[in-house]
Amino acid sequence: MRAVDALMECLKAEGVDVVFGLPGGANLPTYDAFYDAGIRHILVRHEAGGGHAAEGYAKATGKVGVSLGTSGPGATNLVTPICDAMMDSVPVVFLTGQVRTELLGTDGFQEADTIGITMPIVKHSFMIQHPLELPRSLHEAFHIARTGRPGPVVVDIPQDLSRADIPYEPVTDVHLPGYQPTTDGNQKQIRLAAKALANANRPVIYAGGGVVNANAAGELTELVLSDRFPITCTVMGLGAFPAPHEQWLGMLGMHGTRAANYAMDEADLIVAIGARFDDRITGKLAEFAPRAKFIHIDIDPAEISKNVPAHIPIVGDAKNIVPRLTAEYRALAAEPSRLEEWWTRIRSWQERYPLGYEDSKDLEIKPQYMVQALYEATGGDAIVSSDVGQHQMWTAQYFHFNRPRRWINSGGLGTMGFGLPAAMGAKVGCPDETVVCVAGDGSVQMNMQELATCAQEGIAIKVFVMNNGYLGMVRQWQELFWDKRYSHVDMGQWPDFVKVAEAYGATGMRFEDKRTLVSDMKEALATEGPVLVDVRVTREENTYPMIPAGQPARDMVG
Amino acid sequence: MSVLGEPGTKEVLSLDELEAAGGLRTGRKHILSILVENKPGVLTRITGLFTRRGFNIDTLAVGPTDDETISRITLTLDGAKHPIDQVTKQLHKLVNVLKIRDLEPEETLARELALFKISADGAGRAEVMQICEIFRAKVVDVSKRSLVVEVTGTYSKIEAFERLVRPFGLIEMARTGEIAISRGRSET
Repeated sequence: MRAVDALMECLKAEGVDVVFGLPGGANLPTYDAFYDAGIRHILVRHEAGGGHAAEGYAKATGKVGVSLGTSGPGATNLVTPICDAMMDSVPVVFLTGQVRTELLGTDGFQEADTIGITMPIVKHSFMIQHPLELPRSLHEAFHIARTGRPGPVVVDIPQDLSRADIPYEPVTDVHLPGYQPTTDGNQKQIRLAAKALANANRPVIYAGGGVVNANAAGELTELVLSDRFPITCTVMGLGAFPAPHEQWLGMLGMHGTRAANYAMDEADLIVAIGARFDDRITGKLAEFAPRAKFIHIDIDPAEISKNVPAHIPIVGDAKNIVPRLTAEYRALAAEPSRLEEWWTRIRSWQERYPLGYEDSKDLEIKPQYMVQALYEATGGDAIVSSDVGQHQMWTAQYFHFNRPRRWINSGGLGTMGFGLPAAMGAKVGCPDETVVCVAGDGSVQMNMQELATCAQEGIAIKVFVMNNGYLGMVRQWQELFWDKRYSHVDMGQWPDFVKVAEAYGATGMRFEDKRTLVSDMKEALATEGPVLVDVRVTREENTYPMIPAGQPARDMVG
Repeated sequence: MSVLGEPGTKEVLSLDELEAAGGLRTGRKHILSILVENKPGVLTRITGLFTRRGFNIDTLAVGPTDDETISRITLTLDGAKHPIDQVTKQLHKLVNVLKIRDLEPEETLARELALFKISADGAGRAEVMQICEIFRAKVVDVSKRSLVVEVTGTYSKIEAFERLVRPFGLIEMARTGEIAISRGRSET
């Protein structure tokens, strides 16, 4: 059979039920194979939309997402999703077309060095050099994408090789001598960690997206509840512990709660699980958690002691390690009353500095209230994606995620335009769930074209644009740190989102009155098909609290 | 206090501050011996990683091993111990990298080959030959006005040779970069 038909067999063998892509010259053979392969293909309007959709699908389902583009511009359009998937450890296989082998290196039409361009931002990549390599490379790509610390894998397939007639035999094993992720945590280290926990008087558990990737939310929750451990999550980890809960401190970091950040600052022991001490978490590194010892659990050894030296490093899969840590800790029968004083301190911060904002005196919708209203309208039962900026932080703060894989956002790369296509992918993966996207009026315009895909495919996502007419987060920084010199952040009143939605074949709505917002949102959620709502909010509202960039956590403002 | 790269920091940075923040070439010399799968693009992946993490490779030598599917990359670099650990960990994450050793200088035999083209007319010639003798260097090409000399040895031996012959007129020089193997029976 043709190599591309073998490719289809491989995709089926990997359990792929849907792919997101856009055809072009170099991947015509692949698309010919898709014609009757029996794999659902969703035709996106821009490769970046397809890449983010595959990420949204992967984040919501835990399965490997698949995204396709042709050579040259098709592949370069995928660069942002590839980098995004790398930063947030999302398992996605990207299949790119390439020019015929005889044209390679000749600056042929639509030729780009896809492997070279993407090399620094992939977990691994394969340049197919012989058609017989294709099946094995594809299975290796899936294996690498989904195991260990997940990530993006690119498979670049020259057009002529994909047409070659090959004998196809199913590949049932992968052989990668240089790729052996450690999953099993070291027992001695785990025992040491349990002892440290039993001796700690001011412990904090700090969980990140790795817990979600490891499907270890249940295990994490058990650890937290094995004593009165305070727990905080990164923006990537939200949902790994069910919020709200009395042991839940809220998100930490630049726009986290004061309770979470102050607890980190005064902790004597921090247990980091699947988190990587990003600069948005630590603030000024030299003054980060100055009294704490660190237990660091991560599947990626390169994360251990990268930013913050770990006293007890444990390399492995959180799903393997965390329950063993819980068991070891329980066996020590530590005295729970030692945490009384710590909780008194934490409660005093929680009471003194709850998340809050000043509500408007008129009908105006405050952006924070918009998220609260959405939480109420959905009953908290929804998959929520977001773009990047103020709306993302407000959603992280005010929408309480009680399950993993329900909060889908671009944390590491901070990609504007991520939310709408990611919601589309999540909805395809979880068709029975309510999937909403909280978008920014700036961000949403970066991949709005995928509304056409949603209309064509009947993908019923509900997009709520938090419209303040600004690139809001940049405006906030200009206000706070650059003397209110608002340089190129005013987006004005364009476009008319209702008309845009209608033009794309979606339902467009506009909400401006806070009194009816919850019921209006319920109506939008009940409307069939894709819906895009223009929610007019306060123009100049700031996201607080905030650790000013490069400052220590205890200097939070707002 | 300067916080490099933070958009919230308004202060204009001086070039000195920028340089100080990027000053990674401070620690001792490291020799990394890296076994990799002999596949296209592997070297690019490795050198790309170094660039991305802000390291300068001092020397780099690539060649086959006793197993034709495996190549050995020997590279030397200067750096504080901590970031080098970070780089070896990152290198380990490359799928085509099989094994990495950060070789201890005392337990390592490191050698480099260098070719020197030295201008040697008249009186200087005999003296250059004498230096070659001391360094066990081999004259591999002779013309009326020049010599080409082959020297092998440690990095510092070749540096020393260069210092001594430079005054006679060093026309050009080519060096392979060090290759290394561990002492004793155990594999590098």
